[in-house]
Amino acid sequence: MRLFLPLLLAVFSTAALAEVPTHRLVIRDHRFVPAELVVPAHKKIKLVIVNEDPTPEEFESHELNREKVVTGKGTITVFVGPLKPGRYPFFGEFHMDTAQGALIAK
Amino acid sequence: MLATLLLVFREVLEAALIVSIVAAATRGVAGRGRWIGGGLAAGVVGAGLVALFASGIADAMSGMGQEWFNAAVLLAAVAMIGWHVVWMARHGRELAAQMQFIGREVSVGHRPLTALLVVVAIAVLREGSEVVLFGYGMLAGGSTAGGLVAGGVLGLLAGTAVGFSLYFGLLRIPMRHFFTATNGLLVLLAAGLASAAAGYLVQADALPPLVDMLWDSSWLLTDESLVGRTLHVLIGYTAQPSGVQIVFYAATVALLMVGMRLSRLPAPEPAARLSQSA
Repeated sequence: MRLFLPLLLAVFSTAALAEVPTHRLVIRDHRFVPAELVVPAHKKIKLVIVNEDPTPEEFESHELNREKVVTGKGTITVFVGPLKPGRYPFFGEFHMDTAQGALIAK
Repeated sequence: MLATLLLVFREVLEAALIVSIVAAATRGVAGRGRWIGGGLAAGVVGAGLVALFASGIADAMSGMGQEWFNAAVLLAAVAMIGWHVVWMARHGRELAAQMQFIGREVSVGHRPLTALLVVVAIAVLREGSEVVLFGYGMLAGGSTAGGLVAGGVLGLLAGTAVGFSLYFGLLRIPMRHFFTATNGLLVLLAAGLASAAAGYLVQADALPPLVDMLWDSSWLLTDESLVGRTLHVLIGYTAQPSGVQIVFYAATVALLMVGMRLSRLPAPEPAARLSQSA
């Protein structure tokens, strides 16, 4: 892993400077609002997920390769992309029957 | 109850597969039950702590604490597995020979077992903390404790059963090839964990994905299928990996192979390294 340290540090410092467009997603009553979110393709985006429920949820997407717990009344940030145009489903692992949604990259 | 059963099963399965490989890799080692049990117990306590401090962890590192935490524990597990396989490359042959010769457990010294205790603890901690958070949410959301416990117990049993079948399957490998096989499994396991760590660092925006989706084999095997999940744990299978994940995967395999080869080079001293357990 020692090989990666300089690379990691270099990338970390440049990544912090880049300006990334932000998109917002809300979890309410164990559902994503909006259930479908249109985002620009070919661009890195910052997804801010606000959990308005008092209970924890896990934002997860196999297509986006993302997995992150958001505590009750908590807010998380998830970076995704640059995405090819298409539909990227995501779900809340703790309430899979209702918490379903998708990013639409255009 | 079904939702609980499925979630607990998924999480327990992932931890159980890792524990099975560790249990197989320490076959015949005296006192390994205590070490694995210790790892499980430490993992359960750790899972509770991680769940308890979930929001503190989440808020750390400018909101990227979860990713850094996950990447750190995963890479720690990779290092511990690396230590073990390099050690075993040197001693596995003697160990197998001695076990066949004396037909019972041998003591190999505690150092490599400490490493694997950490691996077991980390596996349980990661999956267990999700179960705790989920259970807390279900209770807070008004689910009955009875349904939750029933689902949890059934999920735990089902996940553990899969782990045991893998373990007993592995025991069928002939002794001559046994540690070579378990070492190979551990190398792939470590590579998969390193790739997952890279995934978290990409998610934290701390590493570039290099290629966002290097390939897409979800038409063949999805991540959410049972086989996909199992292979995800065992060999790090991901239907849509990023480029940097593959770099981490390949680098881990290469590093461990080189480490194993180097440690095998000097002539081992069988009698000095191994002592029979009393």
